[in-house]
Amino acid sequence: MHIRIGSGSGWWGDRISPAELSAREGRLDYLCFETMAEATISTAQVRARSDEGFAGYDTYLEDRMNAVLPHCIQNGTRIISNQGWINPLGAAHTVRRMLDALGRRDWKVAAVTGSVITDTVCGSQAPILETGAPLASLRENLISAEVYLGADAIVEALEAGADVVITGRVADPSLFLAPMIYGFDWDRNDATRLARGAAIGHLLECGAQLTGGYFADPGVKDIPEPWNLGFPIAEVEPDGSATFTKIAGTGGLLDRRTVLEQMFYEVHDPANYITPDVIVDFTTAVIEETGPDQVRLSGISGKPATGSYKVSVGAHEGFIGEDMFFYAGPGARAKAELARHILMERFAIVGLKAEDLRIDILGVDAIHGAASPEPGCEPYEVAVRVAARCLDRAEALKVGREVDGMAVSGIASTGKRVPFQERVREVVGIWSALVDKTAASGRVEFV
Amino acid sequence: MDVMLRRLAHTRSGDKGNTSNIAVIAYDPAFYPLLREQLTAERVAARFGTAFTGPVHRYEVDGLGVLNFVCEGALGGGVSRNLCLDNYGKTLAAAVLDIPIAVPAALEVRLR
Repeated sequence: MHIRIGSGSGWWGDRISPAELSAREGRLDYLCFETMAEATISTAQVRARSDEGFAGYDTYLEDRMNAVLPHCIQNGTRIISNQGWINPLGAAHTVRRMLDALGRRDWKVAAVTGSVITDTVCGSQAPILETGAPLASLRENLISAEVYLGADAIVEALEAGADVVITGRVADPSLFLAPMIYGFDWDRNDATRLARGAAIGHLLECGAQLTGGYFADPGVKDIPEPWNLGFPIAEVEPDGSATFTKIAGTGGLLDRRTVLEQMFYEVHDPANYITPDVIVDFTTAVIEETGPDQVRLSGISGKPATGSYKVSVGAHEGFIGEDMFFYAGPGARAKAELARHILMERFAIVGLKAEDLRIDILGVDAIHGAASPEPGCEPYEVAVRVAARCLDRAEALKVGREVDGMAVSGIASTGKRVPFQERVREVVGIWSALVDKTAASGRVEFV
Repeated sequence: MDVMLRRLAHTRSGDKGNTSNIAVIAYDPAFYPLLREQLTAERVAARFGTAFTGPVHRYEVDGLGVLNFVCEGALGGGVSRNLCLDNYGKTLAAAVLDIPIAVPAALEVRLR
């Protein structure tokens, strides 16, 4: 028996049509959606406070489900998704309504909650990993704290018959591992199998990053039809080996190179990739190209999980003010350099109080900063891009005000837009810590 | 002959907190010993200079021909605080591709 698991999204903004294609033609047992980044929960909390119309879950929930639900119903494909963000129950109710409208009252929808531990963190003396200070020191500015739950609650929901499982914060690989634990009835103490499943999840969690996305380098690493990438599908075997494929006829590429790039994506020690369910050792992996756009992964090993959950903590940290203006033609670089000098002087005049400040010349050093080599020739066009991180909104607003000043009080041929978008944004600082696993547990609720 | 790393390996970067990892993957198993010998953590750190505020660690995965560089302090305090336009550090993997690697004549035919 094999289990076929498809990736439906690699992040909140991911494309939807490849998910629809996989739902329609992928012969999937499960379709899994990953839509959260480190700051998703805290950003959603901030938005929920000021935007009454914000439902607290993936803003593309309806779009994604509209695209895939009819095919999943047709093909008996179960859905597991972390689109619940700060409101998994609300997201589950929405999917419930959509299923009812499709005449499928028999399809069962479950929400997994329990990852949010903001109240507990307020008093916790556990050290912040980045600074060593106790978590409680963030209390005044705390927005949200949530643990990365493992696969357990999702497995519980599947065992109870859920056809759709919507979660809040869950470790990305766990979304994919859960159906393997459930489908193969894996022993929770079998670190090897759990690690293989988590590794498969890690490869699938970023969607097309396994199938040619985030990969093409023209002339060096070309891929076919990069506009038409298919999302990856894993056919998992009972021992945790898997064959990765994509839908025939899609563009992109799935080979040893794409698998290796994704295997190490966001990984630190490859022999100890820590998830809530198991510690994965990628160094023993065996990767075989078994056909066109077909790769088999085996040999992954693992160790038992730690006794801790990782907590992600979001805190108010101030505001970033940001804007840019342009130069082109002869002398563009020198004008940008002079503009940089003028702005530094004017920021001193207005007494800008910034925690961090950058004035970059886009086209010269805006991306890699001090690591940028001197250009071999004068760039034809450049942008001056200014950004400051400040504790107060009023300070951050000074960035835009002084960039405005460059319009008529600047230098020759300054290209400048009338501001048409918000030039200040709030900073939600993210910290991490470890807490004992007794501090949180997932809860399953059917709607 | 000295050639750019780009002709021997491909790279991908990922973010976690204020740390960026850059995986360097040899196109050909024959290149891996060259990378292991020459592409040290010190050379990668030197490529970024003061743009990185923390140390660079290197993990070697001999069985897969991969070096994984874990660069602390690479993201201006973390994605949400980072004032760099590329606040996720997605382009950092491209920066290392211009590091020169000495390649013996016998291996030149295998270069990209």
